[in-house]
Amino acid sequence: MVFHLDKCIGCHTCSVACKNVWTDREGTDYMWWNNVETKPGTGYPTKWEDQDSYKGGWVTDGEDLELRSTSKSKIIPNIFHNPAQPSMDDYYEPWTYKYEDLFNAPEGDDQPTARPVSMVTGEHIDVEAGPNWDDDLSGSEVYAKNDVNMDGLNQEQRAQMMAIERLAFFYLPRICNHCLNPSCVAACPSGALYKRGEDGIVLLNQDRCRAWRSCIPACPYKKTYFNWSTGKSEKCILCFPRLETGQAPACFHSCVGRIRYISNLLYDADKIRELALLPDDQLVEAQREMILDPHDPAVIEAAKKNGVHDGIIRTAQKSPVYKFLKEWKLALPLHVEYRTFPMLFYVPPLLPVMSSTQGDVVRNEVDELFGDIEKARAPIEYLGKMFTGGNLGKLRYALRKQLAVRIWRRFVTVGDISEDKAKAALAEADCTPEAADEIYRLSALATFDDRFVIPPFQREMAIEMLEDPHDHRSITGFGSRMAPKRS
Amino acid sequence: MNDYFWLGTLPYISVFVFLLVTIRRYRIRAFSYSSLSSQFLENQQHFWGSVPFHYGILVVLGGHILGFLCPKAILSWNVAPLRLLVLEVTGLAFAVLTLVGLANIMIRRLRFPKARRVTTAGDWFIYCGLLVQVVTGIAIAVHYGWGSSWYSTSLTPWLWSLVKFSPDISYIAPMPLLVKVHIVNAFLILLVFPFTRLVHILVVPNPYLWRKTQVVIWNWDRKKIRKSAD
Repeated sequence: MVFHLDKCIGCHTCSVACKNVWTDREGTDYMWWNNVETKPGTGYPTKWEDQDSYKGGWVTDGEDLELRSTSKSKIIPNIFHNPAQPSMDDYYEPWTYKYEDLFNAPEGDDQPTARPVSMVTGEHIDVEAGPNWDDDLSGSEVYAKNDVNMDGLNQEQRAQMMAIERLAFFYLPRICNHCLNPSCVAACPSGALYKRGEDGIVLLNQDRCRAWRSCIPACPYKKTYFNWSTGKSEKCILCFPRLETGQAPACFHSCVGRIRYISNLLYDADKIRELALLPDDQLVEAQREMILDPHDPAVIEAAKKNGVHDGIIRTAQKSPVYKFLKEWKLALPLHVEYRTFPMLFYVPPLLPVMSSTQGDVVRNEVDELFGDIEKARAPIEYLGKMFTGGNLGKLRYALRKQLAVRIWRRFVTVGDISEDKAKAALAEADCTPEAADEIYRLSALATFDDRFVIPPFQREMAIEMLEDPHDHRSITGFGSRMAPKRS
Repeated sequence: MNDYFWLGTLPYISVFVFLLVTIRRYRIRAFSYSSLSSQFLENQQHFWGSVPFHYGILVVLGGHILGFLCPKAILSWNVAPLRLLVLEVTGLAFAVLTLVGLANIMIRRLRFPKARRVTTAGDWFIYCGLLVQVVTGIAIAVHYGWGSSWYSTSLTPWLWSLVKFSPDISYIAPMPLLVKVHIVNAFLILLVFPFTRLVHILVVPNPYLWRKTQVVIWNWDRKKIRKSAD
């Protein structure tokens, strides 16, 4: 999966599409399997990136890899009360309004109002938090200032991000990353969480979940949620019923900015453990190394030996994700230092300085049309904390290449930049004119079929290998056929 | 209704219902096989109820099971008065811990509207049953001391007579009413056990300790899917 952050307009259509399909039930009312955050900001749940308090992901001393929350030795003393468990206050208390009061209120001098009531208790509440409370930097003195990624910045850089004339923000849409080394799976005492071999989707067996709640602190992205009504954890299922019928997940499909790309990748799972032990700034390269070239005959041979269907190898070869991640090296994992190897990659946003005010005069900060990535409004260190585990080289590479593509396209379409200059910019960014055109095409003009290359899951054949359809005649479906209710 | 029903028949009814319903519920309604945690809704007081209660009851229940399985070991431990005293005080301390925990659990579930929202009638039923059990247990320990010894000599033979399908209530018929209430209440809890949240005891996740870290499940046969490749 790739999300192109420069294209995200922060409209939350993805979140609403997901909510309408999956989480409009009691107990899931506060969950947003897909949410869109404003960065800088504290996000949802509040300050989820602060692993000192939430204890998500893995830690390593270079030799061992251990869950930060409840490793095997720590689960026994903590099973009755999980010390790192977030509570509803860390998200928000879901509410609705007493709309009937608008009609039933007795006649009086005042207009009747619809008061907010909690969807948990039904009692009146004062709304103090919501799913995107700090949207578009609202309350930035409280929220954006406390962004965990600003911890490493010096006073000047912090001041720069908060200075009103330089204020910059971008949107960060988040879903479950369907990690290669998922800490939620590793933390589940019941073994209810698992990674599906055929497509890598991380799922949670509702019949096996016993409400030990270990997955919730363990996931550093806080993308497993506790359903307070059924006592089960729930998470993004990457709309697998849609994928199995060849459709993109609802959030991908509905994306207005067309920022989302999905396809499959071939990877070497045997390397996960060894590479997860590397220092933070080497992890981006390590993860790229794990992803294999689907055109390499040796890789194809090994994939076939491991039972990978030809159709799946074919889609891996056409994968837009592979291009962004490996060929162009534009896409980067979010917080790779959590060591879960997230499989959702972000093309980092360019935030160039266009102008600033000097007294009453607004003047251009840079002479060049597209500016300089070093002078971007968000300090490069800030983006580095989010996307490269502190490795600024990888980040500069991705930003410089994006900038070079813009310079090149400006030369092609407008022509006010000389060819020599455009080519020099491309060469400096390790890019060719052909690659630049392809990056442009896949970023700006990509159709459904370019963005969503969905492998054939062969579900109709695969199911026969596990269950005899004749045994299920006159029954509706194969899986759980009971409503997800406790009684 | 007489002693024979309460002490000779009820245990069989309880165990029968327990086995039948726990197995049936696991097979038909695995979804409900857990305890509905409310830590997510109320995280401040949760620790002070859940933790003392669970550690307390684990030790106390473990003591009862030990007395049932190896009464002779308990008796030979108890020959030295100091050792008997240590056992009694330990048992009582953990029983009090259980009571404190249980009281905190009940108060918390009454006090916080969000916790109250996920508390069912069945939960209150089982809390009251446990409260009676813990209070009578502590009362017995205080009033009729040295229970670890007389449990091993009188109650254990009676329990074994039940196991052997020749119930002999003469071991415990002369016991004080308080002890009988404690015993009968225990079997009533066992009777309702399969219908309540207590089933979570049966699904303690011990395989976690020796399973592989990551779980991967293939929903197809990897060899066959290759054969079907075009």
